[in-house]
Amino acid sequence: MSAVTLKNIWKTYGRDVVLERVNLHVKSGEFVTVVGASGCGKTTFLRMLLGEETPTRGELLMDGRPMPAEPGPDRGVVFQKYSVFPHLNALNNVLVAEEFGRARLTGHLFGAARRTARDKAVAMLEAVGLQQALKKYPHELSGGMQQRLAIAQALMKDPRILLLDEPFGALDPGIRKDMHALILDLWKRRGLTIFMVTHDLKEGFYLGTRLLVFDKVRHDPQAPNAYGANITYDIPVGRTEPEILAEIRDQTGLPLATEEN
Amino acid sequence: MKRFINQRPRRAVGYLLGLLPFVLLLLAYMAASAARLAENPNDPLLPSLGTLFDTFWRLATEPSRRTGELVLWVDTAASLTRLGLGVVISMAMGLLVGILAGLIPYAGRTLSPLITAVAMIPPLAVLPILFITFGVGELAKVVLIVFGIAPFIIRDVKQRVEELPTEQLIKAQTLGASTWLIILRVVLPQVVPRLLDATRLALGAAWLFLIASEAIAATEGLGYRIFLVRRFMDMATILPYVVWITLLAFLLDVALRFANRMLFPWYGGRRG
Repeated sequence: MSAVTLKNIWKTYGRDVVLERVNLHVKSGEFVTVVGASGCGKTTFLRMLLGEETPTRGELLMDGRPMPAEPGPDRGVVFQKYSVFPHLNALNNVLVAEEFGRARLTGHLFGAARRTARDKAVAMLEAVGLQQALKKYPHELSGGMQQRLAIAQALMKDPRILLLDEPFGALDPGIRKDMHALILDLWKRRGLTIFMVTHDLKEGFYLGTRLLVFDKVRHDPQAPNAYGANITYDIPVGRTEPEILAEIRDQTGLPLATEEN
Repeated sequence: MKRFINQRPRRAVGYLLGLLPFVLLLLAYMAASAARLAENPNDPLLPSLGTLFDTFWRLATEPSRRTGELVLWVDTAASLTRLGLGVVISMAMGLLVGILAGLIPYAGRTLSPLITAVAMIPPLAVLPILFITFGVGELAKVVLIVFGIAPFIIRDVKQRVEELPTEQLIKAQTLGASTWLIILRVVLPQVVPRLLDATRLALGAAWLFLIASEAIAATEGLGYRIFLVRRFMDMATILPYVVWITLLAFLLDVALRFANRMLFPWYGGRRG
């Protein structure tokens, strides 16, 4: 069964066409990485999946039904930054997800309900390796730990789809490797469907099960925004020959390795 | 020798430098006062420090012959009550209207032009209207303070709400939060420390409007007293009152800053 289906999706802002004729089927459990030059519409694509943007034309389906037009708990998200709440410590950042869902009026759980929710939150923080930092505020955490916290937060709702918007872009190469291991582990163990936008071609090439490259197929030099981007490569990862990598690199102009091997 | 922009005083030197202008002003006053009093011991314009202190002490500790009250404390209580009411009401309005206008597009479109327009009206220009409408009692004075500072606080809160990263609001929605819960758990806690900052900045204006309204119509209050004794050129009362008002304003500012540090430990760190 396909988790996400795009049928002939267009996205335009006024006369600027960002995406045109995008068709895609993504099955449940896939780990899709999305790369492309800046301004190629990959962030717009992610925002449409998130419900922050609606397609101008075409059909966007989740499990066969139209995608809700606003963000909701069925789609988790981790942004590059500002993903966590600065006024809550790590534990409360995760616990608040439970409280949003179960205390519609006060936003706070009490007594036994709170203890259950707290245990769940602590277990989630342990799963991402933050058991030592329960009482720390985000500004006391390193960049990598903040992203771990954001992931824990997003997973509290057991989302059908997890959207990652350049989540490791601001991290050091070493930390990024740890984060790759973490996200792969969580993906396998929890059966997530993941969309990850990245500008690191190598990350896109080797992390997921499927690589999408967004680029403009048609160009009008007089009107650079007259045509939108489309998916120019849709490659199952695992059959990744270096030639294709080089080809995509030439096409998109993206850096190959920001990560030392 | 280093450039001036690179020369920094040591800690102790820094404090002494900060104290220096005060000491110089005080010395200048003492010299001028002594010179005038040497010519005419009854000169009321620049009383000696001793006279100033004695007057202050008398107002603070001896019951007034006319009313039997301790004048300084009656005035202080009356003024602080008005100021406090005005400021607290303005803060409440700032939170309510600022959050609604900053977070909810329909509310923002409806309220923002009105807030901008009201903020343009010079508050003292409407003081006569307030006195006519609300009478010369406490209400008009409190309303003047609210009129003077609430638009500023509302706009500041609204701007802070708009500055919250969109990512946070989206994240909250993906965690299942309703508009109400986003206000309660995401926006409100992050805006309250900003509200205290805005209030600190608005306090100066609040004092201005308080003293202006007391000067025009009141039966007690710090501003009332100053303008009452002005008729007798009673500098021995006015000067200590001014210092007293300054001290109160300073203490309020320190209290708000302290509250922010104690209540919101995350607030200072997040800017780093």
